[in-house]
Amino acid sequence: MSAVTGTLAETLHLRAAKELVRLVIIGSVDDGKSTLIGRLLYETGALYDDQIEQARRATRNGDPIDFSLFTDGLKAEREQGITIDVAYRYFETERRKFILADTPGHAQYTRNMATGASTADAAIILVDARLGVLPQTRRHATIAALLGIRRLAVAVNKMDLVGFDKGVFGAVSRELQEFAGRLGFESVSLFPVSARHGDNVAQASSRTPWHQGGTVLGFLESVEPPLEDAQAPFRFPVQLVLRPHLDYRGLAGQIASGTVAVGDALIVLPSGVRTTVRAIDSFEGPLQRAFAPMSVVLQLADEVDASRGDLLARPAEAPAARTRLLATAVWLAERPLDPQRAYLLKHTTRTVPARIAAVRARLDPETLQEEPAATLRLNEIGRIAVHCARPILGDAYADNRVTGAFILIDALTNETVAAATLLAQGEEEPSAERPRIVRIEAGDENLLQAHEVERFLTAAGRLAAVVRSPEAALACAGAGVFAVYLAAAGDAPIPGALTISAGSRDWRELLAAAEPSAIG
Amino acid sequence: MTHAKDILSPRLSHLRKLEAESIHIIREVAAEFARPVMLYSIGKDSQVLVHLARKAFHPAPLPFPLLHIDTTWKFREMYAFRDEYTRAHGLRLLVHKNERAIAEGVNPFDHGSQKYTLLMKTQALLEALTQGGFDAAFGGARRDEEKSRAKERVFSFRDRQGQWDPRNQRPELWSLFNPRLDKGESIRAFPLSNWSEFDVWQYVQQERIPLVPLYFAKERPVVERDGNLIVVDDGRFRLKAGEKPRLRQVRFRTLGCYPLSGAIASAATSVEEILGEMLTGRQSERQGRMIDHDEEGSMETKKREGYF
Repeated sequence: MSAVTGTLAETLHLRAAKELVRLVIIGSVDDGKSTLIGRLLYETGALYDDQIEQARRATRNGDPIDFSLFTDGLKAEREQGITIDVAYRYFETERRKFILADTPGHAQYTRNMATGASTADAAIILVDARLGVLPQTRRHATIAALLGIRRLAVAVNKMDLVGFDKGVFGAVSRELQEFAGRLGFESVSLFPVSARHGDNVAQASSRTPWHQGGTVLGFLESVEPPLEDAQAPFRFPVQLVLRPHLDYRGLAGQIASGTVAVGDALIVLPSGVRTTVRAIDSFEGPLQRAFAPMSVVLQLADEVDASRGDLLARPAEAPAARTRLLATAVWLAERPLDPQRAYLLKHTTRTVPARIAAVRARLDPETLQEEPAATLRLNEIGRIAVHCARPILGDAYADNRVTGAFILIDALTNETVAAATLLAQGEEEPSAERPRIVRIEAGDENLLQAHEVERFLTAAGRLAAVVRSPEAALACAGAGVFAVYLAAAGDAPIPGALTISAGSRDWRELLAAAEPSAIG
Repeated sequence: MTHAKDILSPRLSHLRKLEAESIHIIREVAAEFARPVMLYSIGKDSQVLVHLARKAFHPAPLPFPLLHIDTTWKFREMYAFRDEYTRAHGLRLLVHKNERAIAEGVNPFDHGSQKYTLLMKTQALLEALTQGGFDAAFGGARRDEEKSRAKERVFSFRDRQGQWDPRNQRPELWSLFNPRLDKGESIRAFPLSNWSEFDVWQYVQQERIPLVPLYFAKERPVVERDGNLIVVDDGRFRLKAGEKPRLRQVRFRTLGCYPLSGAIASAATSVEEILGEMLTGRQSERQGRMIDHDEEGSMETKKREGYF
């Protein structure tokens, strides 16, 4: 840490209000990643004398201090000489505190990269100047983009070993700018670096006079962390209900996005009950407003039933409740994806049983080509269709990194098997309006009535068909078609179906009340 | 106490973000596990952790007890502080000791720090967790404390023997923690994972969190051993020939069993002065902990055995 400037009180005050920036750094040991991180920690004063002394003792006699020794954590990886898991490093500057997810870059460690990238505001990718852009470099950039990172820094390392050649750096720059551009990054910044000697890490190097793009640390100091958007749709997943006594019922949770104020009208999902915010409570006392990512307690005006797993939102911008999801998934487990297997899907604070209905495609992260696939294996990425036993209240990941993400857990082994991001709603899912079954009770005029319902639904722009068995009704519903089921006398009711009695005159109202989206 | 308006800056400060994240984690554990417990070591990290837990459930009380693993060798001031703090805030406190090891006279002088720690801390902890049937135990560990902790998960999975396998930890993406356990398995939850020592002290200052006075410099009876400043807290300390406690102005950065805690020479008597010393200080926090120095990678070995 730097020396004290100004009065102690002033300095401490400044340091108490830093920005928090989360980073992911991706590269293999061969790229000199550990050395670059050790260098960053060293240059920002994050290392203590005894740690430096420990590294110095472990460095071979006569060699310059080995910066990589600051970050190699576990015995197993010291023995193998490779980093095997995500590690978190912390350092700070005058204005910012950085949380750096340090992820190994070997091709088979996609799962670690995804873990580190999931919470990061910006990514740093390492390239060995002697080798240039490798397939794994493209893979790293793709995963960072898929996990929602919009700002990319590329450290072209070991420039000392190519004589700080401008041409080498330029070639890497052009290739990566082109590739990263296709991935939708807002900015891609490149730096010619020697982590071992410190060039362009914290200080501009005199050996790269042709480089005007600043240093890696300069990038970290200036990269804009995402503003918590006060205008973003309000999302509040309920974590738990606080009931210290009979007169108090508070919903505890962390605001996922947007702002909420006392008096705001909200809707509880998936029940659809409307209410207003009576109070926003915190340990410090009641608040008038609260915003993401604060952890607060909301009291609602009515005695509405809301509990863990429910979501509060504004009625006009509420997310659709969906049981069929399309998502991009990274497979994290040794056992491949299995459509026959039971999984649990955890989304915000809500966990529901789920099955993977289909693998739509596998993505080659090096070429960005999609290819057909029946399954996903460890470290593979693909698009999957998931069917949930109960609805999920999600947003597209591109719009919301909290409500757009979920994990899959193997119901038997309890392993976390996949991390997934929701695709834009409705995309490639024509049956998004949630197919339903309308059961027309047996009666004199029920055939006529069934066809009237069918015509009504068709006119409303829905696919509909009249069927005569429960199996056919379920099959239609499963295929995204509204089933108008003509019940035989004595038929058992189908769970979840809307039943209309034969000859009923008010079926339009019934249908509208039960399924407004179906005819809206 | 901070005012409500301080929270409403357009962008939360790093401390407020860390606070919100930690509260989220504490609530997740309370919601997902049947019998959580919060380990309470009386140190500064524990004080921050308990403070965050009080915030997480306010106005309701903590839905879980605190658990102190008592080696019987803590500083006297720690015991006094523990009892006063938990009483003042109505916190449920469980205290567990390895009674068999105590009966056999296990102590830090005769048995060496490794064996002593295994018996009095690790085994006592596992015993307490098993006896209490706890399926989740909160700890105040931070990833910046020590190299082997940099890879620790927020939900750290332990097998039926309470052991930690670094190769068998679940990936943690976003803030979606997998809480699923089979019978007999448990987790340790670390809500302060992303806090640094400096963050902890800044938060102590911001929130006016009470601490054991041992954190603040004062003249105390000190002997010097292998470069460590040991405060002689009671008559059980075994002085070597020629050793004589001298009064020196010292404070502690971390607290544990007094014969194993190294103090530092310091004049800092307030949180602000401690922060000031840290801005210019150059020694890492665990430097004063003798149990880490036994061998390279010693913390990792202890963790595999079940040490926090």
